[in-house]
Amino acid sequence: MRIILTAAAVLTLAVLPAAAPWLQFVLTLAIAKGFAALGVAVLLRAGLISIGHAMFFAASAYGVAFLAHAGINDLGLLLLLSVLVAALTGAIAGAFLVRYRAIFFAMLNLAVSMVFYALCAKLYGVTGGTDGMPVPIPAVFGIIFAEPVFKSVLFYLSLALMVLVGLAVQRYLDSPLGHALSAVHTNEIRLEYLGIPVWAVLLIAYVISAALAGLGGAISAFAIGRVVPDFAFWTASGHLVLIAVLGGIGGVPGAFIGALFLELLHSAAVTVTDAWNLIVGMTLIIVIMFMPQGIYGLFARKEASSP
Amino acid sequence: MRRAILEAKNLCVAFNGVKAADGASIAIHDGEFLAIIGPNGSGKTTLLNICTGYIRPVSGSVLLDGNDITRLSPRAIARRGVARAFQIPQLFSAQRVIDNMMLALAAKDGLWSAIRPLETAQRRDEAMALLELVGLDGDAERISSTLPEGHRKLLDIAVALALKPRLLLLDEPTSGVSALERFPLMEALMSALRQRRITALFVEHDMDVVARYASRVLVWNAGNIMAEGRPDEVFGNAQVRERVVGVA
Repeated sequence: MRIILTAAAVLTLAVLPAAAPWLQFVLTLAIAKGFAALGVAVLLRAGLISIGHAMFFAASAYGVAFLAHAGINDLGLLLLLSVLVAALTGAIAGAFLVRYRAIFFAMLNLAVSMVFYALCAKLYGVTGGTDGMPVPIPAVFGIIFAEPVFKSVLFYLSLALMVLVGLAVQRYLDSPLGHALSAVHTNEIRLEYLGIPVWAVLLIAYVISAALAGLGGAISAFAIGRVVPDFAFWTASGHLVLIAVLGGIGGVPGAFIGALFLELLHSAAVTVTDAWNLIVGMTLIIVIMFMPQGIYGLFARKEASSP
Repeated sequence: MRRAILEAKNLCVAFNGVKAADGASIAIHDGEFLAIIGPNGSGKTTLLNICTGYIRPVSGSVLLDGNDITRLSPRAIARRGVARAFQIPQLFSAQRVIDNMMLALAAKDGLWSAIRPLETAQRRDEAMALLELVGLDGDAERISSTLPEGHRKLLDIAVALALKPRLLLLDEPTSGVSALERFPLMEALMSALRQRRITALFVEHDMDVVARYASRVLVWNAGNIMAEGRPDEVFGNAQVRERVVGVA
């Protein structure tokens, strides 16, 4: 049942831009943010809230811009290298941050990300300051497409990656390492007495979550065509936590459901009123009050109760 | 005399001036089932905490197979074959009973596989066999936080057994277990320990359990050893009867 539902959802997403072309950009950004929110959701399984994951989103986006300016012009290579940049940044920050828990972990993530934001905004000669850096359209398997065609390629690539990376993350969460990650939330003492190094379990999760945020950042950089320091601002990090909680951390699809819901709600609300924040805020209050497991929790519960 | 697996020598530790260990030394030998009894607050659990690296003594040393493990972490000591079951069960309360077991089995033989699932047919069979041993096979799919306290205790012991230890430290294994389940649990536990050649040290307040199952008894009082010997010898000691058994 779950496979049929997922396949139907992916198929619907694939044909939506044909019916409403403006949706393609919105959906590409939603998927990109879904990757980053999935990174946040991975850490939430261990009970760790990061209010700084936009840093990895931005690190990867800036990675794309710098690498493109250095002459690398292949979409696949740029994606791969920029995700590695985010993972490496995650390994460095994580080695220090995974020693902390609860509010200390959240605040230190926030602090580190704001240092990164400040560097992006102030190092004008390197990063372009608040003007940011342009991201040129890269080649796809050696072919340089016109912008509209490239944006379509990027959308369908993002969709395919959503399925493939989503499956890989689910596999990780089902593995002993994934279960150990969830166990951190409930009983670190028992984990230590099982001979499991908690710091290593958390560091691996942190690097994976940074890489996921990085993948989202790279896709956003290509979709928008420019990277700016605001990618790393704390409100962007808060936005990712919101998406993860809204979608639900009970399963991998939750992050993408949350991102799609929020992006589509935002797009619809801005067409109705200038006070679109009010509509978005009210909707979020309702969802969070009546669906504490997130939107995905609603699907999961229905599936569990079906014969 | 059999060789000592674990030796604690001249241990000293105090909390707010109260001595939990005051220069005491103990040894547990291969194949033994050593019981430690004593009044509440006498430092029995502290002794287990020291032996498993959770607390470091002010002075003294702990040797495992002759190697000093005093400064090692609980994780490092666990990886050397020492497992522990707790007085208050330490479980992954949000996970299923079977997942608690399979994670313990995976910790022993393959945690680092991020690709293969936790649940394999072999691991599940092994987990179910251990759950059957402690009588929890019917609860395998339950979330462990929903188990009654006695069953949580049994699961905690099963998790420790899943590590296939050489030495098992049990902190009041029968507390919280109903009177009806107490002796069947101990019979199953003893059978598992003998089959798997596991040496065990257990802290216990139930003197009937101690008398029936311990091969040696050590009486711990105010951080020191008050008496030591076979159960009949120890329970025949007037001082022990007066100061420990009567109040234990």
